[in-house]
Amino acid sequence: MTTILEVEDLRTHFDTLDGTVRAVDGVSFSLARGETLGIVGESGCGKSVTALSILRLIPPETGRIASGSIRFEGEELTTLSEEEMKRLRGHRISMIFQEPMTSLNPVLTVGTQIAENVVRHRGVSKKAARDRACEMLDLVRIADPRRRLDEYPHQLSGGMRQRVMIGMALSCDPQVLIADEPTTALDVTIQAQILDLMLDLKEKTGTAIMLITHDLGVIAETAQRVVVMYAGRKAEEAPVEALFDNPLHPYTRGLMRAIPRLDVDAEEGGRRPRLQEIPGLVPRLTQPIVGCAFAARCELATDRCRTTAPPIVDAGGGHTVACWETGL
Amino acid sequence: MSVLEVDRLVKHFPIHGGLLQRRVGAVKAVDGVSFAIAKGETLGLVGESGCGKSTVGKTILKLIEPTSGRIVLGGEDITALKPGGMWPHRRRIQTIFQDPYSSMNPRLTSGTIVGEPLENFDIAHGKERDERVARLFARVGLRPDAMRKFAHEFSDGQRQRLGIAKALSVNPDVIVADEPVSALDVSVQAQVLNLLIDLQEELGLAYLFISHDLAVMRHISHRIAVMYLGRIVELATKRELFATPLHPYTEALLAAATAPDPRRAKRKRTIVQGDVPSPAKPPPGCHFHTRCPYAVADCKVTSPPLREVAPGHHVACHLR
Repeated sequence: MTTILEVEDLRTHFDTLDGTVRAVDGVSFSLARGETLGIVGESGCGKSVTALSILRLIPPETGRIASGSIRFEGEELTTLSEEEMKRLRGHRISMIFQEPMTSLNPVLTVGTQIAENVVRHRGVSKKAARDRACEMLDLVRIADPRRRLDEYPHQLSGGMRQRVMIGMALSCDPQVLIADEPTTALDVTIQAQILDLMLDLKEKTGTAIMLITHDLGVIAETAQRVVVMYAGRKAEEAPVEALFDNPLHPYTRGLMRAIPRLDVDAEEGGRRPRLQEIPGLVPRLTQPIVGCAFAARCELATDRCRTTAPPIVDAGGGHTVACWETGL
Repeated sequence: MSVLEVDRLVKHFPIHGGLLQRRVGAVKAVDGVSFAIAKGETLGLVGESGCGKSTVGKTILKLIEPTSGRIVLGGEDITALKPGGMWPHRRRIQTIFQDPYSSMNPRLTSGTIVGEPLENFDIAHGKERDERVARLFARVGLRPDAMRKFAHEFSDGQRQRLGIAKALSVNPDVIVADEPVSALDVSVQAQVLNLLIDLQEELGLAYLFISHDLAVMRHISHRIAVMYLGRIVELATKRELFATPLHPYTEALLAAATAPDPRRAKRKRTIVQGDVPSPAKPPPGCHFHTRCPYAVADCKVTSPPLREVAPGHHVACHLR
């Protein structure tokens, strides 16, 4: 598998009244052509900021990529001009968000919006762009696409809007699709439809997907490889089966035991069992974190964990973990 | 003995339109819902957005007036009570919201917020109130010095604990919990779910637990009612519902839900197609027939009643 996107020691900082927030604090990973990589973590772990950094969408008034490298097809993105980034976004790398209504223009028809993207990046005629828009709506399984082209976002249901967003994102055959919580706002039956659609389109188009979510169920369902993030850092990375069979980082283990299970009858003698809690809170990111970011909440933590950041340990088979105490 | 009984509850919201703003239709948010909850029991109410589950909760709390039906709280019919008449009953039924922040006055300390119901219901004042508030804080796992903090100084999980403390302050029999953990991160969600279960076992509380999350439901509920477009389509013990789901919609929900197990997930599932129809224009007959893979001619015409097909297992489907 060839690497299409490579993120290396990325650090993205924001200036706030409380000090500099290290939202992404030295994250490295890569995405292979045609692969689905899941990025999972709780609020504030830096997963969305990582995605925005890749597309260079960090608002310059408050934030910046402080250091690190982002290479897309071998090309360094951190030093590209805004003009060059504009040619890339929506064309070779696309992104979809949790709430499609906030990224769709309410006063333009969906057909116009998809066609706009195609005209900008492909330089084709309006007629050809409209045909392409129609083709995309059909591809994302919207019934009667010709008619839907002339509808406005508010006329569509939440699931349909997300389909439109996916259609727009894929309209220029991007190599990478970044999906940030694409189904979090959707009902469970609609979520299943959208995930199914994304995977199906990935097979058809060969677009690599970087799927950002807080939902381990969605990860299990869709990702081939997973990066677990905590407090702006990568805690663990593994092929999806290995991660769920044998989570190595105490944080990943804690997460897995904290979720109520849909697929397992967990009752012991008619009593509802307790879920495993992860004590404490995520550390504040305004101060540099000394040692392991999870140490304060970790039952295995030693003095070394509190003073020295753990190295990334290789567990074999593409499974790596940033922890001193896994016994590896 | 049920602490809460709901019988054929209906809530229609009128739709006004045209030049004279005449009534042109109604959103049938809740369309004949019946259930009962016993002391110490959790009834889960699950369904997708717009199915009416939150409206059921609000109607039971008498935050909105039911169109018809009966609500019996602790043996007393509260359906027709006006706000003044409802007042003494409010102590017995309390609520926890998804976003407790929006229900807290930002200018009051958390101790005052939790102590307010004690004052309002003339339960405790002054020093005695403060002592009770301190006990409530300890019970929900908040430090005593947190009483002097304001709502914005708490994390999401702590704020939900505050919301729980406030609901508990008047010793209710029933708590309506509307998506109480949906906005929380998993690690915090576990803390709040554990707390809710502990409190229930200790105090014998009855919960009407409203959620869209089947995994949370499976964890906390004793019985589960599945709603679709204003109606209960299936009602069963948790065990029965997950072992032998009978309604095609329940089946579809279970198939659509994701589980943290890559092997289960990779199997080919049947995904129900289409969107939920508008509750303003629900389809005739069985509301689910437009998306149901098994629908027959009768489903489009006759609305199936909720029938008990096995002890305690009710389903509204012509085919079961």
